[in-house]
Formats: sequence, C-alpha cells, structure tokens
Amino acid sequence: MDIQLLGITVLWVFLYGYLITASIDFGAGFFAYYGELTGRDHIINKIISRYLSPVWEVTNVFFVFFFVGLVGFFPDTAYYYGTALLVPGSIAIILLAIRGSFYAFGNYGAKKSRVYTFLYGVTGLLIPASLSTALTLSEGGFIEEVNGEVKFLAGELFSSFYSWSVVLLAIVSVLFISAAFLTYYASRANDEPALELLRKYALFWSAPTILSSILVFVALQQHNSVHFERTLDYAWFFIASLFCFLIATYLIFQRKRYGTAFIFVMLQFFFAFFGYGISHLPWILYDHITIYSGYTNETTGVYLVIAFIAGLCLLVPSLVLLMRLFLFDAEYVKGNKS
Amino acid sequence: MELDSAMLSRLLTSLTLGFHIIFATLGVGVPLLISLAEWIGIKRNDPYYTLLARRWARGFVVTVAVGVVTGTAIGLQLSLLWPNFMQLAGQVISLPLFLETFAFFFEAIFLGIYLYTWDRFKKPIYHWLISIPVVIGSTLSAVFISTVNAFMNSPQGFDMVDGVLTNIQPLAAMFNPATPTKVGHVVMSAYLTSAIVLAAITAFHMLKGKRSTYYRKALKLTMTAGFIFAIGTAVIGDFSGKYLAEYQPSKLAAAEWHFETSENADLVVGGFLDDETNEVKYGLVLPNFLSILAHGDPNAEVMGLDQVPEDEVPPLYIHYLFDGMVGIGMFLAALTFFFMIALRLKRFNTENKWFLRLIVLAGPLSVLAIEFGWIFSEVGRQPWILWDIMRTGHAATSANGVGWMFVLFLLLYIVLGTLCVTVLRKMFKTNPAENELEEIARRK
Repeated sequence: MDIQLLGITVLWVFLYGYLITASIDFGAGFFAYYGELTGRDHIINKIISRYLSPVWEVTNVFFVFFFVGLVGFFPDTAYYYGTALLVPGSIAIILLAIRGSFYAFGNYGAKKSRVYTFLYGVTGLLIPASLSTALTLSEGGFIEEVNGEVKFLAGELFSSFYSWSVVLLAIVSVLFISAAFLTYYASRANDEPALELLRKYALFWSAPTILSSILVFVALQQHNSVHFERTLDYAWFFIASLFCFLIATYLIFQRKRYGTAFIFVMLQFFFAFFGYGISHLPWILYDHITIYSGYTNETTGVYLVIAFIAGLCLLVPSLVLLMRLFLFDAEYVKGNKS
Repeated sequence: MELDSAMLSRLLTSLTLGFHIIFATLGVGVPLLISLAEWIGIKRNDPYYTLLARRWARGFVVTVAVGVVTGTAIGLQLSLLWPNFMQLAGQVISLPLFLETFAFFFEAIFLGIYLYTWDRFKKPIYHWLISIPVVIGSTLSAVFISTVNAFMNSPQGFDMVDGVLTNIQPLAAMFNPATPTKVGHVVMSAYLTSAIVLAAITAFHMLKGKRSTYYRKALKLTMTAGFIFAIGTAVIGDFSGKYLAEYQPSKLAAAEWHFETSENADLVVGGFLDDETNEVKYGLVLPNFLSILAHGDPNAEVMGLDQVPEDEVPPLYIHYLFDGMVGIGMFLAALTFFFMIALRLKRFNTENKWFLRLIVLAGPLSVLAIEFGWIFSEVGRQPWILWDIMRTGHAATSANGVGWMFVLFLLLYIVLGTLCVTVLRKMFKTNPAENELEEIARRK
C-alpha cells in the first residue's frame, strides 16, 4: 500500500470514529431535549448524562484529529476547502462551540436550564447537516477555479437534490445510531423504562435510515455518474451494510442482545462509509485534488505516519481504560459509582 | 486601515486567539496546580488540600469546555482564513499540529477519567496518578503549538526553490531558533498566570471575611507556586530578548523605539512617541540597558530601525504592549516575593487588607500580561506571516464574507464569555467551600 493510500485510510478511520461517537452525542442531545418537551426527561436524561459527561471532549478530538490530519497529509485541501468552506465551516464551528460549551454550562454548572437543553438538542441536528456539506462538496460541481481563485457556488449547493439527500441521511443516521447505542446503554443499566423508550426511538428511525441511504444513491447517480459507477464496483460493501442493518434491527425488535445489535449498527455504517470512501478514490475533491496530486512532501508524510503510530500506542490503551471505566463497568453505568 | 479580506482575516484571527488564550493559558496551568494540591493533600493526609483540588477541578471543567471549543475554532480558522499559508507551510508544520492533537487527545481522555473517579479507587494515590497524564497532555499541547508559532517567526527546515518548498525536514522546522525561548516563555507564563488567578480568587474570598485555614492554605500554595513561576518567566523572558536581538532585530527595535543603530544603547521605559519627529517624550531612560537586554554587554551595538526597509517596519505601538507585559511581570514577581518574605516574618500579616487587594488585582493583570505579550509578539512580526518568506497579505483567503463571520464570532465570544463567568459564579455561590468544610469536620 502506498503512503498516500495509507494516509487517507488512517484519516477515514478517524472520521468513522467521529461519525459513531459524535452521532451518539448529537442524537443524545436531541433525545434529551425531546424528552424534556414531552415530559419524559426523568426517564432517559440520567442515562444520557452518565454516558456523555466523561466522554464528550474525546468525541470532539476525533474531529480535530481528522481535519488537522487531512490538512497535514494533503495541504491542497486547505487551499480548496479552506476557501470554499469559509461560511459553512464558520457556521459549523459556531454550532460546535455553542454545543460543547453549553453542555458544560448545563451539566457541570449549578442548575439546568431549558434554554441550554434546547440549544444542545437543536445544534445536535444542525451540526451533522452543516458538516456533511464538506462531503457533498467533495463530489465536485460546487467549487470552481477561475484565474487561480477558488469560488464556492453556494447557490448550486442549496438547490442540489444530492446535497439535500446527504443532509437527510446525516440527520436520520445520527438519530438511529444514537438510539441504538442508548438502548444498549440503558439495558446495561437495567433501566427498563429508559430501555423501552429508547428501543422505540431506535426502531422508529431504522426505516428512514435505509430509505435515505437509497435516496443518496439515486441522487449521486444524477450528480456524479463517474462516482456512482464506481460504487457499483464495490457493491458488496453496501450489500454487507444492508445485511448488518437487518440483523441489528431484528435483534432490537426481538429485545435480544442489544450489545450485539449495536455492534451490527457500527458494522452497517462501517461498510457503507468505507464503501463510499473507496469508491470515491483517488479523488479527494472531484476534478481538483486526488490523494496523489494533493499529497504533502514525502518526508513530512513519513514523519506523520510515524507520529501517528506512536500516538496510537498511547491512545489505544487510554481509550480502552476510558471505556472500561465508563462503558463496561456495570456498576458505574447503573449509577452506583460516582 | 483598509478593511480588505486580509485585514478582516487578521482581525478575526486575533479575536478568536485573543479569546482562546485566556482559557488555553488556564488550561495549561490549572491542571498542574490541581495535581499539586491533591498530592500535598495525600502526602500530608490533609483534607483541606484535597478539597482545594476538587473545587478547582470543578471550576476547571467549565473553562476547559470553552477552551476546547475555541481551540477547535482556531484550528479550523487557520485553513478557512489562511488557505494559501496552510497550503504552503502545511507541508512543514503539519507534524507539530498533528502532535498537538495527540497531546490534546491524551489530555481529554484522562481529564474525563480524572473528573469521574474521585471516589472510585481504594488508594487515593491512584486517582492522583491520573492527573499526571492530564498535566503532561496539557503542557505538551502548549509545547507543540508554540513550536508552530516559533516556526512562523523563524522558519527553517526547508529550501525555497521558485516558490516551492523542497528538501523538507520537519524536525528541523520544529526545533528552530525561536522554539526554546518561545516554548519556555509560553509554558512558564501559563503556570504563573494560573497560579496568580487562583491566588486572586482566594484573596477575594478572604477580603470578604472568610479567613479559615482552608483559604490560608490555598493562598500559601498558589503564591508560593506563583513566586517560582515568576522567576522562571523572568529568566526566560531575558533569553527571549537576546533571541530577538539576534534573529528578529527589527521586532526588538520597534518594541524599544530604537531608531538608530548604536552602541551603549539605552532602554526607554514607558513614554509617548511623537509621530513626526520620532522623539520619545516622558520616557524613563535606563542607560545601556538595551545593550544588556539584547547582548548581555552594556557596550554592545544594537541594531536600530534605520537598518530596516520602510515597508518591513512593524507597528511602533508594540512598545506599549511590551512595557505593559514586562511591567506586570515585575509586579507579579515583587508581589509573590514579598509574600514569601512575609510568610517567614511573624511581624507582617499576609492577610493585610491592602496586600489582599493587590493580589486580587494581580489576577486580571496577569491575564492582561498574557494578552499584551502575545499581541506584541504577533504584531511585532508584521508584515510577515512567515518571517522573511511570506507576507501576511498574500496568505489570506480570497473568499467573501469574512466581515460577517467576524460579527458572528464576536457575538459568540460575548455570549460564551458572559455565560462562563455567570455559571462559574453561580456554581461556587450555591455550593460554598464552607458547606464542604463542615462535612470534612463532621467526618473527622
């Protein structure tokens, strides 16, 4: 495997990590607010904050890691995406800032506030929508280079069927992933009422998830037929994804093995996400940057990979420790440990 | 001042960084003090220090959250506002940027564990051990990010051939001549500021009549730490002056209003500049001190602005910032020094009202010094974004809408700043230390 491919794979793994952890977080925020609206917050909010409090910052780092790594391995992306994404990127930052800090204000602060939960819940759905614009842009057609100046065609983006189908998929998946995880977490805590409610949410969002995935394919065919053809070459990824989805929903429906069900949800998105990624290659930004044309200096690339491996040796055990203390420690999950 | 895209990008970057460094500075220093307090608490079996660590940690989470989100903002803004710079320099500085996120990741994981495992281990020392990776992670992220800034001041580790970077050596770029002084000064002054801010909060409570052992111990710990860090900051500050004289003489000359190259150069403290005649009025002149600051020799020659091309002279107002930073630094050193003496002299009362008031004042001043020092360092390298290689104007985005983004971010920071203060105040008001102290007393 050449180093460019290794680089993009590493980054893709981190983006996948962010996709899963952030979805749980974003969805949880929405459910917490929805729970408050419908007077059911006492049922699920304890579960949510017990999981989120120690890990929300880690979730954020996955994202930082991805974009720093992307610019590091492929500095040309800074030039194209940086220029094009000024407005949508800034809005995403502002939403992330509101969300992160309001979480801390609300959860570590003296008292809960309805405004905080509202902002926390709403941003949880707007952020995936605004972040997914970056993925939409990568399909090409929204960035134009005239006389060496990069122009972002915002009008095209807003009127594009493809871009809206991606936004829909992003939001729906967030809710599905989150509900599936929280169902598992509630079952670990032996919290029957929370489990019932969250299980209902998970089942409710399962069908829209798969329907919007199909919609994205249809839209992609219209928008970038080259990429669409390539996805057909990797069809087995998407079939595997569908298969995992069916197992996951079956298990949740049968009230069986919620942990295994969530693993299948993760696999479902793993296959879809990597199938999408592989078929997108070698393009990073269609028509402008490939992983070869935008690649950083060779020496820097080697150093980055070394730094990455060294960092992983440090991170993986730490992450395992974090999960053992807060995810797999039944006593903590049940709320018997501080 | 023309409000073109480059100027607006500069303003927005300054706004974000100016807000971020308040929280970043505390984020680097406070974990060290928390860890120190917990350690003393365990060693001496003294519940007061443990309570200190706990209460500081609780407030710290709120500031850390703001630090994290504004840090994410500046991380992304680097590419959004300076795409041309990142495309060029990204090939060299991506290594320290990448390492910084690792350090941050490491810190985030262990901070989460630290905050939620206070009563989880049988031996308290295990919990304290978790604070060590937090301290290491937070300090290392300051170290790595400072090397990036050092690189912008003293770029090396590559060859420039027809506008293309070749022969890149990322490690040489990280360990450039500016790195030792920059990193040392940033880390040490962050420790100092955090200690002083915590001392100021304690002094504030003491002024309100809370004089129990808990507050006394807090003041002693923070002021002692402050004294040590003040000395460290001053020593490294002196090295920074010598670095400037050698590598960025125009920055030093602008900061000191040193117009003509001369031997036995005098140092001007304070004063005002007559824009037309370049004469300094009301300044305190310290003979030969600039030569000492620059080269450690009272007779040494110091380069003046007469040797700098006109379009490369940094703005001269940085003199005020430099003096402000150094002045506050001196004040902090003197204040902590007197406290150390007063601790040993029975005659002098460290809880003297006026003395406590000065400590309260030192809190905001120390944060101000961080801002002054940082603006001085950044504005002092104008017009360069990459010293002697790339001008700031050529690095900025060509996209429209930077002005609007400035307004949005300004609003965001106003909201975050106000709420952060409100939440912190409420948090400690509804649960004053006295409640928890009573509980300790009861357990005994």
